[in-house]
Amino acid sequence: MIRPFAITLGVGTSRANHTGSWRVERPIYVDRLPPCNDACPAGENIQGWLYAAESGDYETAWRHLVEDNPLPAVMGRICFHPCETACNRATLDEAVGINAVERFLGDEAIAQGWALPAAGADTGKRVLVVGSGPAGLSATYHLRRLGHRVTIVDSAARLGGMMRYGIPAYRLPRDVLDAEIERILDLGVEVRLDHVVHDVEAERRDGDYDAVFLAVGAQLGKRVEIPAGDSSKVIDAVSFLHSVAEGATPQLGRRVVVYGGGDTALDAARTARRLGATESVIVYRRDRERMPAHSEELEQALVEGVTMRWLSTVDRLDGDRLVVETMRLNDQGFPEGTGEFEELGADALVLALGQDTDLSLLSGAHDVVVADGVVQVATSMMTGADGVFAGGDAVPDQRTATVAVGHGKRAAHGVDRYLRGDAPVATSRHALATFDRLNTWYYADAPRVHRPELERIRRQTNFEEVVGGLTEDNALFEARRCLSCGNCFECDNCFGVCPDNAVIKLGEGQRYEFNYDFCKGCGVCVTECPCGAIELVPEEI
Amino acid sequence: MTTTPVHFYQVGSFAVGNRLLGDAERTVQSSAQRTNSIDSGHRACQGCGEALGARYALDAAMRATDAQLVAVNATGCLEVFSTPYPETSWRIPWLHSLFGNAPAVATGVAAALRVKGRSDVRVVAQAGDGGTVDIGFGCLSGMFERNDDVLFICYDNEGYMNTGVQRSAATPPAARTATTVAAGPEPGNVFGQGKDLPRLAMAHDIPYVATATVADLHDLERKVERAMALRGARYIHVLVPCPLGWGSVSNETVLLARLAAETGIFPVFEAENGVVSAVSPIRRRTSVEAYLSRQRRYAHLFGDPGRPDIVARLQAMADANIERYALVNDDTRDDRATAVPS
Repeated sequence: MIRPFAITLGVGTSRANHTGSWRVERPIYVDRLPPCNDACPAGENIQGWLYAAESGDYETAWRHLVEDNPLPAVMGRICFHPCETACNRATLDEAVGINAVERFLGDEAIAQGWALPAAGADTGKRVLVVGSGPAGLSATYHLRRLGHRVTIVDSAARLGGMMRYGIPAYRLPRDVLDAEIERILDLGVEVRLDHVVHDVEAERRDGDYDAVFLAVGAQLGKRVEIPAGDSSKVIDAVSFLHSVAEGATPQLGRRVVVYGGGDTALDAARTARRLGATESVIVYRRDRERMPAHSEELEQALVEGVTMRWLSTVDRLDGDRLVVETMRLNDQGFPEGTGEFEELGADALVLALGQDTDLSLLSGAHDVVVADGVVQVATSMMTGADGVFAGGDAVPDQRTATVAVGHGKRAAHGVDRYLRGDAPVATSRHALATFDRLNTWYYADAPRVHRPELERIRRQTNFEEVVGGLTEDNALFEARRCLSCGNCFECDNCFGVCPDNAVIKLGEGQRYEFNYDFCKGCGVCVTECPCGAIELVPEEI
Repeated sequence: MTTTPVHFYQVGSFAVGNRLLGDAERTVQSSAQRTNSIDSGHRACQGCGEALGARYALDAAMRATDAQLVAVNATGCLEVFSTPYPETSWRIPWLHSLFGNAPAVATGVAAALRVKGRSDVRVVAQAGDGGTVDIGFGCLSGMFERNDDVLFICYDNEGYMNTGVQRSAATPPAARTATTVAAGPEPGNVFGQGKDLPRLAMAHDIPYVATATVADLHDLERKVERAMALRGARYIHVLVPCPLGWGSVSNETVLLARLAAETGIFPVFEAENGVVSAVSPIRRRTSVEAYLSRQRRYAHLFGDPGRPDIVARLQAMADANIERYALVNDDTRDDRATAVPS
């Protein structure tokens, strides 16, 4: 080749110079577990469905959601959202209103009539589900998707368990519950109502079921001996809420005292207000910080005129006078009596002191281990008896509807592996996406959109839903507040900030790839990734 | 479903891309079709701010001119690391002559294009701070004064870096370089020297002067686009952190540029016809320590006993910038920082 004078080399591109050889550390893309997903007892991929919701594709978002939880409109109302407690955005401004978006998606699905994914190919196996609360319904849904036939039985006249007979309608309107239950039944489920299972082994044998899932809940209100001249004035909260749910209007009188400090106590006190009690007082032996009820519910109760009597225990009921003893907390934080007594006027005393599980149906199942009043289960949710699984309030865990939904899913997969003869699989989790891994500069400051609440005066007299839903705009905004902790959301930052053009953009939904021929390992992409989805690892030399 | 404009996304308007926006509304850099004016394989150090700044600016200029662009380069890091013979990283028409004459060469290119009637082809000249504030300043001042149709971009890394980190007239006070050692009662570069090139450029009353950093891509691209929409002499001064010369870790290049702006040490503004027309307000005001302590060129200011008195003088300079350009002011709050429901 003839070259100009003094020119000995042909010019060419610098791409011949593979600067990747300079690298001592290489960036890699990772997926980390967002704290919301980590905290969700129902095992939802929250970040996954928020991601779909951000683009306004609510159906995709909902389909993502119901992969794990078939009751989003219900959970969007009654879940105590541990996800929001864990949310990294709380450190930045306020947690993302995950629960509100979940409810929006759930309501949208009902309004649009979206159907759940179809049942799986029939396996010919039959599973008995005892109890139709959140655990039973969740298990039914997941078992149907896995192709197993399900018979769900309940001692009550309608499906829903505590969602129908425990949670007041102002927190969970029944048409919402009905719609979500109906959608599960549409998958083809045999239902037997008003059917009490006395002996689970006999029931299994007679019905020729291959496996059983027990989701009997904790339906028995705990009683304590309280001296009372007229025992008809003492009622337990579970029975009280149950009868209200069935449409009765128990006449408790003008002054109602609720004894206990859990969410059920608040439900009872708020329900009493709605039934016309002018005074609704909660007596609790410890203080506000130690109250097991969720603070959101407490705040709503206080707004509605429920009053609290902290550090008090009920001593006796004497006619219409309730004698309470003032308590103080000792060094360990336990309440102890002070010997000081006071009288309160009370027309009725509602006991909300916790619930027990009725496990009499296990009398014939000798292999099932019961300890502390609950059924012991393995991680697959199988009890000591072969093919008998249990979940929800009847097993040792937190007693919330969301936990129960998670149990139902886990048990369904446990049943599936049991029926297929597969060994239980150990699931691994990604490392947690912690706040310190985020580069929050890139997130706009965006305060949370709060759901509207019914004006106080309206909710003292009726059972209308207290907390409203989000509008579409607000739901979209709220979804977009998600930081996508630990998982790439294709913001193009790594692609943009690389001084060596060593990031390849693969196109929408495909994320990116490093071009290690040219990546010098400077790590700018790692530092500038908003969500901490890139890590530097030592290069093997 | 009706489509509504995206008022807010997870990353507001600070990140490079946004999957919810159409391509036309995204940054040039977020596009897989961007020019990549400076290609892979260049020999800039790990985490080089200048390589990044040059690609940001030139890719934006390429889009603004519909790829009808000629770039003239002064001697400096950018020229050295991009064109070690026989390799070149440039994917655009590119011309290098001498260290000090880039503005004059660019003037010549612009004149030649005018003679040829090619008003569609635009000229960008680029140099480091040495080629701009020191060696090329005479030519540059002449280019400004004649209002020649050139956009001159200075990538300011505050020293002569590829020759071994010597002081330039853009090196900040107290910074250690090979020629301003960190010793004696006044360690590092002396206070009260150096040139503030953006203000000198404004003093020429040219149509457009702007400052920018590699930490705010949207701002930088918008300014290049604005500059290319105008004719006459235009000047953009881009702060480009240098891991080598600043003694910073390579992954903090963009972070340092951001801190320079957020502390007020490097005011980000634009001026038209000699008058400041807009500023980039500080979003999260930060004290200068956060910026200085990440750079070994300021290491002598920290530790025990350190030189808190010098840090205080640098803080006072940052505060003076904030006051001069009104960088902290409710009225100038960046719309991009706070999202509202659509």
